[in-house]
Amino acid sequence: MTKIRVNNQTVDVDAAPDTPLLWVLRDHLVMTGTKFGCGVALCGACTVHLDGVAVRSCVLPLSAVGGKAITTIEGLSAGRSHAVQKAWLEIDVPQCGYCQSGQIMSAAALLSVNPNPSDADIDAAMSGNICRCGTYPRIRRAIHRAAELQRAAAPAGGVAHAGKGAA
Amino acid sequence: MSSAPGNLTRRGFLSTAAGVGGTVVLALTLPGFGAGGKRGTSAAGAQMNAWLTIAADNSIIVIVDRSEMGQGVYTALPMLLAEELEISVDTILVVPAPVGDAYVNPGNGGQVTGTSNSVQDAWEKLRTAGAQARMMLIAAAAERWRVDPNACEAQNGSIFGPAGKSLTYGELAAAAAKMPVPKDVKLKPKERFRIIGKSRLRLDSPSKVDGSAQFGIDVKLPGMLYGALAQSPVLGGKVSALDAAVAEAMPGVRKVLVTVGGVVAVADHFWQALQARNALKITWDPGGNAGLDNAAIRALLEKAAQSDPGLSARKDGDAAAALAAKQSLHAVYELPLLAHATMEPMNCTADVKADGCDLYVGTQVQQLAQAAAAAAAGLDPSRVRVFTTLLGGGFGRRLDVDFIPSAVAASKAVGAPVKLIWTREDDMTHDTYRPPAREELRGGFDAAGRLTAWSLHITSPSITARASPSTTDPFDSVVEYALICPYAVPNFSLTYTRQEIGIDVGYMRSVSHAPNCFAIESFMDELAHAAGADPIDFRLSLLKDKPRHTRVLQIAAQRANWGRHPAGRVQGVAFMEGYTTHMAQIAEITVDAGVLTVHKITCVVDCGQMVNPRIVESQIESGIVFGLSAALWGDITLVAGRVQQTNFNSYRVLRGNEMPDVDVHLLESDEAPGGIGEPAVAPVAPAICNAIFAATGKRLRTLPIAGQNLSRT
Repeated sequence: MTKIRVNNQTVDVDAAPDTPLLWVLRDHLVMTGTKFGCGVALCGACTVHLDGVAVRSCVLPLSAVGGKAITTIEGLSAGRSHAVQKAWLEIDVPQCGYCQSGQIMSAAALLSVNPNPSDADIDAAMSGNICRCGTYPRIRRAIHRAAELQRAAAPAGGVAHAGKGAA
Repeated sequence: MSSAPGNLTRRGFLSTAAGVGGTVVLALTLPGFGAGGKRGTSAAGAQMNAWLTIAADNSIIVIVDRSEMGQGVYTALPMLLAEELEISVDTILVVPAPVGDAYVNPGNGGQVTGTSNSVQDAWEKLRTAGAQARMMLIAAAAERWRVDPNACEAQNGSIFGPAGKSLTYGELAAAAAKMPVPKDVKLKPKERFRIIGKSRLRLDSPSKVDGSAQFGIDVKLPGMLYGALAQSPVLGGKVSALDAAVAEAMPGVRKVLVTVGGVVAVADHFWQALQARNALKITWDPGGNAGLDNAAIRALLEKAAQSDPGLSARKDGDAAAALAAKQSLHAVYELPLLAHATMEPMNCTADVKADGCDLYVGTQVQQLAQAAAAAAAGLDPSRVRVFTTLLGGGFGRRLDVDFIPSAVAASKAVGAPVKLIWTREDDMTHDTYRPPAREELRGGFDAAGRLTAWSLHITSPSITARASPSTTDPFDSVVEYALICPYAVPNFSLTYTRQEIGIDVGYMRSVSHAPNCFAIESFMDELAHAAGADPIDFRLSLLKDKPRHTRVLQIAAQRANWGRHPAGRVQGVAFMEGYTTHMAQIAEITVDAGVLTVHKITCVVDCGQMVNPRIVESQIESGIVFGLSAALWGDITLVAGRVQQTNFNSYRVLRGNEMPDVDVHLLESDEAPGGIGEPAVAPVAPAICNAIFAATGKRLRTLPIAGQNLSRT
């Protein structure tokens, strides 16, 4: 049994230590919002947050998770209330939708450290997430819009996340 | 005169294919629903017709008979029904249709999502279904109140009668479902539309931003096991010997079995199944493809093209005679094999029980999926229930059912539900690839410099022949686009030589349109330059009596500032007519020291009336991205019968940071709705390649662009 912390809950997982976190989430914990796309960190469909940082869960063995906090699309917010999700709906980004959990998790990680990303920042942070439907123009617009929503919701005198562009 | 035979498309394949699998079978339906097409009342509510159930609590369930693969049918089709039913779209619950006669798409000859015709098919059908249900609800209310139906009105989910009377649809549904179905239905004129034509949020979007959307790969059933499939590395090979001893001893492994698709390892979890699959020792009989490579395929097509005049698919005037007498141009265009590379790899969940099989699958062909499962399970098709999930991309890949039988066989063997998942590598190396093609063109001018004759000879494997072996149609969907080519030239010859290459090829988004449009629109550019004409003016001169075509090209030229583009940038144009949609694209590029940058694509579209313009726009953007990936990098290569591309590092697709500006302009139109899912793919490659010629003098007659020398000549 391995203890991991997913979406603020500690769970016991009975899986081999080399099992990628992706399959632990999907098969063992039945949290299927995180998607299998390539298995080798090329497409970003499996993106989750590990202590707030976007990682590809398809190449992260269970044994490497340790006590770090995992956040999946299911735990990003209650009721689709994260600024990125709101912007995604406002601009109606998804088409087939399969890659969107990963896109949203990458975008949310970007905005948590860079509240006002430039197009170049978005390029750098999002180039690892493939969308075969080609929602890229809307993703870019939605990230800019999410940044606006996040700033509008921030307490007076500052932004919610004051980190400097790690993208 | 044109002698184009009609319907040489997926329609032909599917009508025959449905026949091969038995007649269209009315299967069992989703829990809580009556059989497709039959009306009645159940615990879930009153089924008004094949597409609509109204529950007592006033919830409105729209049964959608086309698969949602990103193109928006789960929104656009309910919008059509809601327009006449007088309900808010927000109240609709979408349920995928089971297999059923009512759900056949006559344009495709089966229950098929393809040919970009879902809205065309539904346009009258679902509005009529909504109107009939509304009239039946009114009839039920009028009977209840003993008033004239004409004194009642439907509004926002309720019927309103005289003296302030009102009843909700839910209160009336059970009685309404028993009313006779009205025959004389008058649909609203366009001026009164309050839903159709207005952009609104997709009904599936909320579930796609919080991870709750259920794709095939997300299915979870009690007691479900997982399968991984080993397939012959040489395409078409078979298992000749299997040593599963190591795999069978691995943790969680329940069973290893040989199937029609290869060898399946079944385990408690997918990771275990995959490790076991990788530990199998399989000796493969490579079959006939052990020597197959790209040079061999190219040589096969070339030899066939040169030795066979081809079957005549269209003959206007006498192109051969005219071309012999004229000053003429000659060019050969070649198209590579392509993979679909849907983001969701192929997968299928099967639950074979004593009395039947439940199939949970993202498919574009419910009947063929049912037939494939029935054959694998040894059951009558009527015993197979198909539950269509969301599709994580279709692009035509899920018109094939090759990923279904092994899941069914595995479930039958272990006596439990099995979810069989292909890895990305499985998916990339065992696709039903877009066929390669050799397209040879000739064009001739008269003494006045007018194009008076041209010909196109297409040599390619057949898609239709494999999908529908009983077809008597000598042609194929690989020539469809060229068949309807709108350019008015007195002498035109279109011929087709079928040459198989030993591997399965399949339908891919913009099936014939992408390859034919690349060849034709590039060649039109060659002809324009040979004639010393502007490429847009040249096309307009061949479209004189075609106002829709002319308008699209002229507006594209205006929006893209054709001829007045920014310094240093160069433009190329391509036109397309297909799926009853008309479209022009103008690519704006630079080639700097042999390196291509695509800066912008302007796309002007007349697709007739639109249901949800924001979805139309997204589909145009989507097609352009799909076309860019194919034009820039798309190339499946074979060495010794093995596909060399295995994942997104070796099969490159466009990423967000590589996305050019895209300006989509949708024209207002009163014409019937046209297709939107596929058309925009086709003009991308020729528009870019025509721009490359303008920039460098290099005429690219093969794709992809990557790897070709773009230095100025």
